Formats: sequence, C-alpha cells, structure tokens
Amino acid sequence: MQKSKHDVWVGLFVLIGAAAILFLALKAGNLLTLSFDTGYTVVARFDNIGGLKRQAAVKSAGVVVGRVQSITFDTKSYQAQVELALNKGVAFPKDTSAKILTAGLLGEQYIGLEPGYGETNLVAGDTIKSTQSAIVLENLISQFLYSKAAEGSGGKEGQK
Amino acid sequence: MPALFHFSSTPQSHQMSDSDASTPLPETAVELRAVTFGYGDRVILENISLVVPRGRVVALMGTSGGGKTTVLRLIGRQIKPSSGQVLVNGQDIATLDADGLQAARRRMGMLFQFGALFTDLSVFENVAFPLREHTQLPESILRDLVLMKLNAVGLRGARDLMPSEVSGGMSRRVALARAMALDPELMLYDEPFAGLDPISMGIAARLIRELNDTMGLTSIVVSHDVEETFLIADHVVLLANGRIVAQGTPAEMRVSEDPLVKQFVHAAPDGPVRFHYPAAEAGHDFGVRG
Amino acid sequence: MIKWLNPVVVGQATRMKLADMGYSARLFLRLLSTLGPTLRRPRLLSEQIFFLGNYSLAIIVVSGLFVGFVLGLQGYYILQRYGSSEALGLMVALSLVRELGPVVSALLFAGRAGTALTAGIGLMKAGEQLTAMEMMAVDPIQRVLAPRFWGGVIAMPLLGAVFSAVGILGGWLVGVVMIGVDEGAFWSQMQNGVEVWADVGNGMLKSVVFGLTVTFVALLQGYECQPTPEGVSLATTRTVVMASLAVLAFDFVLTAMMFSI
Repeated sequence: MQKSKHDVWVGLFVLIGAAAILFLALKAGNLLTLSFDTGYTVVARFDNIGGLKRQAAVKSAGVVVGRVQSITFDTKSYQAQVELALNKGVAFPKDTSAKILTAGLLGEQYIGLEPGYGETNLVAGDTIKSTQSAIVLENLISQFLYSKAAEGSGGKEGQK
Repeated sequence: MPALFHFSSTPQSHQMSDSDASTPLPETAVELRAVTFGYGDRVILENISLVVPRGRVVALMGTSGGGKTTVLRLIGRQIKPSSGQVLVNGQDIATLDADGLQAARRRMGMLFQFGALFTDLSVFENVAFPLREHTQLPESILRDLVLMKLNAVGLRGARDLMPSEVSGGMSRRVALARAMALDPELMLYDEPFAGLDPISMGIAARLIRELNDTMGLTSIVVSHDVEETFLIADHVVLLANGRIVAQGTPAEMRVSEDPLVKQFVHAAPDGPVRFHYPAAEAGHDFGVRG
Repeated sequence: MIKWLNPVVVGQATRMKLADMGYSARLFLRLLSTLGPTLRRPRLLSEQIFFLGNYSLAIIVVSGLFVGFVLGLQGYYILQRYGSSEALGLMVALSLVRELGPVVSALLFAGRAGTALTAGIGLMKAGEQLTAMEMMAVDPIQRVLAPRFWGGVIAMPLLGAVFSAVGILGGWLVGVVMIGVDEGAFWSQMQNGVEVWADVGNGMLKSVVFGLTVTFVALLQGYECQPTPEGVSLATTRTVVMASLAVLAFDFVLTAMMFSI
C-alpha cells in the first residue's frame, strides 16, 4: 500500500476519535467529573464523618444537588471539615442542616441537606452551622448495652 | 549458439482476452522519456531517456547504486517518476488505473536477484502460482503447463522440492519458469548472474538469450557482469550517477575511448570512478608532514 | 537535549507520527474491506485459522488450566474469610468470562501467533516475495495479509472461550475436588449469577476487539518492517509490546463502557 499525502490528516482524525472514545469511557464509568457548570462551595464541620468519601453525593429530598469536594481535619476544633460543591441552580437558606446518611443498610455514605426556614441563602464560602455526624456502629451497640444494663440495675433497685 | 532448450508456449486460448491481441504491438517495447526520480533531496535518476526496441536484449550496466534497479522498478510501476514518462507498449504506465496496471503487469515477467520464490510453496506450486491466480484452468492442463515450463529450464524433476532444498542457481531457474508462466512479452532481469558459479552463469545467459529469440520477447537485463552480459546483449546502456554515460553495441563499448566506459569494461581499479573514498590528505591522517 | 526540544524537529516528528497513524488506519480499513474476497477463498482462510488457532491451543489450554487453579485457590482464601466460599464458582466464572479469558488469551496470542505472523510477513518482505507477487499482478494485501487477518479475528474469540472454559474447570478441580467446596453450590451460584449476554456476550465482544487489534498490529509490523534480519527481529518485539499495551488499553475502555454501574 502506498503512503498518501493525506495520511497526516487521517492520523489526526484517528487521534481525535480515540480521545473521544476514551472520554466517553471515563464518563460512563463515572471516573471523570468534568462539570462545565460553575457551582458554589460551602463548608460543614462534623464530629465524625464515618465512611464519607470525596465525590460522595450531596442530596436533598433524595435528589443529588452537589458533590463532596474535599475532606480535611481542622486542627483547631478537632473536627472534620468537609467542603461541599453545590450545583449552580440550587439555593439553600442559611440555617440548612447537614446530616451524614447511609444509602441502604450497608451502602455508601452521603450528605443529606435539610433546608431551614431562614430568609437569606447560603453563598460561596459560607459554613453550615447545624450538622449531625455519621452513626458509628460500635457507639450504637455500646449505647444499647449500657442502656440495657442501666435498665436492668434500675429495675432491680426499684424492686428493692 | 545452438538451441539447447526447448520451449513451448502457453496456448493462446487461456490468455486473458486483450483487445490488442490481434493488433500488432508497437516497435518500441519500453521507452523512458526524460525520467527523473529521487527521494527527497537525493536524486537517483536524472533526465534519463532510453528506448528498448521490441525483440531485443538490452543490458543496463553501471556502478552499484547508479540507478539500474530503479529503472526496472519504474517500468514495473513499483515507484513513480518525479518527472518524465515511462511508456510500456506505447502506454504511459503512470496514468493506468488499477485494472490497467494489473493487465500491464500480466504482460511483463520479472526475475528478482535471488529468485524471490515463495518459501512456503513447492517448486511446482511456485510456478503454478500465476496460473492459479489469473486463470481458471482445470488441474490436468495446469499440471502439464507447469511441467512444460519447468522442463524449459531443466528442472522438471525438481518439481516437488521446497525452495529451501534447492541451490541458488536452481532457485533462480524456478523463478524464471514462474516469471514465464503467463507468457509475458517483456522480461525484466535483476542481476541474474549475481552469485552464480560459472556453469550456472552460462546456463542463465543462454536461457535469457534463447528465450528472448524463441518466444519473441523483449528483455532488459540489469547486471554488473561484463563478460556474460556482452555475450548475449544486443545493446548496452551504461549508467553512472543517475545519468546515461554511454550506449552502444557490446563491440562498440569494448573499443570505446570514453574513460568511464574503459574503466568499466576493462575492470580497472582506478579511473573516473575513484578508488579512494573522499578523505583528507594522507599526511594529515597519519601525522606526517609533507 | 536542546536539539530534542527544537520546535522544528518536534513538529516534524509529530507530523511523522500522525502520518504513520493515518497510514495504519488506512491499512486497517483496507483489510476490513477484504472480507468478501477472502470468504470466496475458504481454503486460504482455513489454513490460516489452523496455523493461528490450532497451534495456539496447547498454550491456551495449559495457561487456562493454571489460571483456573490460581483463581480457585485465591478465591477460596478470600471468600472463606467472609463465610462466602459457596460463591467460589460464581467468582471464578465471572473473573474469567469478563476479564481474564479475553485479556490473558489475547496476550498469549500476541506472543505466540502474533510474533509468528510478523516474522513470516517480514521475511517474505525481506526475500522480495511480496514485490514478486505485486509484479505478477497479485495484490499481496489480498493474497497474504487478508487471510491471516480474518484467520486471527476468527481464532481469537474461540481461543478466549476455550481459555475461560478450561479455567472454570481448573477452578472446579481445585475448589471442589481438592479443597471440598460444595459442588452443587459451585455450579448453581455460577449459573444464577453469570448472565449470557451481559457477561459471556461482552467477554466475547472483547475477544473479537482484541483479535482485530493483535492481528492487525502483527500484520502491520511485518508489512512495514525494514527488510533486513535486524528489521524483522525489531518488528517482532514491537508486535508483542504494542499489541499487549493495546489490548490492556482497550480492555479498560471496553470494561468502562460495558460494565459501568
């Protein structure tokens, strides 16, 4: 087969096609988040984030309204500082609360936002004041055991 | 020269019907008109004009790298000239479409330097290859044809050997039988004598000449071998540095006064083609002051 | 170093790389267009399927068996920690059918059949056989490359399937026969969990894509190599390297597209 003058252009075309396929594959596998809309970032602090990860969903009323952008440790307050990247079109009042919830019984953890009743909305850089940490299984069990023990001894004392 | 070899022509009935099978073929089998060819900055052939008359054996000779094999490749259209025209039977082959090129190539046979036999096929199958690819002959006729071609080159008994089992000279003869399988009108030989013993060289030279005369072919032979080639050629063309420096009959070439022709024909070590590759002064390299 | 960063040199090198890519793409399309004529000469095609497929069978079966053994063993160690050793059959089958079968058999094929193809074509080129064919008005791409191309494309999915099947048997041998996992659970979980189109079908599709890739790379390297002994040996190593990398890259792309949640 002879070399042709158009080979360079065909090569360019192939390269672009390959890049397109790669892009699609990464998008389909949800590995790439190239969001082209500019949202805004707010901060929330938690005592315990449990198994929350970056890129975890931020949902309100079950609908995804943003993603967890970063998770860092705040050395002043000894709390976890979570940055939430919220989508452009969604606005929440300043007294919105953030909870760490679990999808299903043993599923991934995500942040659920419950809107407050305030008049002004959150803007970029604001902090969500009211937060609820993740439920840690060990704490729950020990709580349960202690309450059972307290019930038992309280009952005995009552009977005395 | 007494005819030692008996050739038989492939029956006309099987040949692909060409409209000019009945019209007489042009006087000039091959013509190169002001052909220039090169790769990028390197010019291999410069303004070559050459005429090969029908029925003749023309030898292309010259120094290594002078462009001789390039001429053959231009005729077979493996490469296209940068400028000028290559005409085969009066047709400019550069303008042919795929089908036209196929038809033109079926009317040429080329013998490659070391035979270029298909190593996975036997001698018989190698010669049968063009017939199988281009004709729909029944097996019995095909067998007879192949054996006739092999007989012409003296190798009918070697039909079942593999190319790896056959000597250099023999493999070239098989390649010749294969190139002749479709009875071409033009034969191109690329260094047919290279690396052969004297007996095989003699056989090869005679085959080329006798095939040419008996079958009415036109042959172009590229070679360095002055003695054998001069024995069989009608016309000799001497190429050097991409240009034709001399042409003539072998007799004319032998007595030519041109220094380059003289050096070539008489195999002199030094002359227009220098012995020493261009270098600095000897004194300079060996630290001797002159 | 400075010469390497010279914009003219970089520009020319890029141009050359793009031209090479373009040429390869055109050759690939040309080979795809040879399907019709190749099917009309089934003898040439079946010769190549035999050469590429049957000869590779030994290495594929042995490798498949050993991979199956390892899967059975490792799978058992991991699953039994979570008390799920019953799922061994399912794990072995899915790993093989979705990933290991197509990928490993493609890599083995590249090493064995791919190098044979490259060397064969390279030697034909070095011996001027391809040019001789052209001069006899026979298109070498149609006569030599095309049967090998389609032979490889047909042989590859079959080899991938054999690999997966033998691997599952290997997993069964180690898991059920040697370790003692429940045989019923082994097969029933596998049958319930492996989906024909989603898993087996996608795996087959992967094999076909890999077959196209590996065979094409092998033929391209052979066809374009320098017609010298060093050229041929360089081309065979290039075949293995490029084909293997291409298989792994395509595996990622295909997996992302096929099995994404």
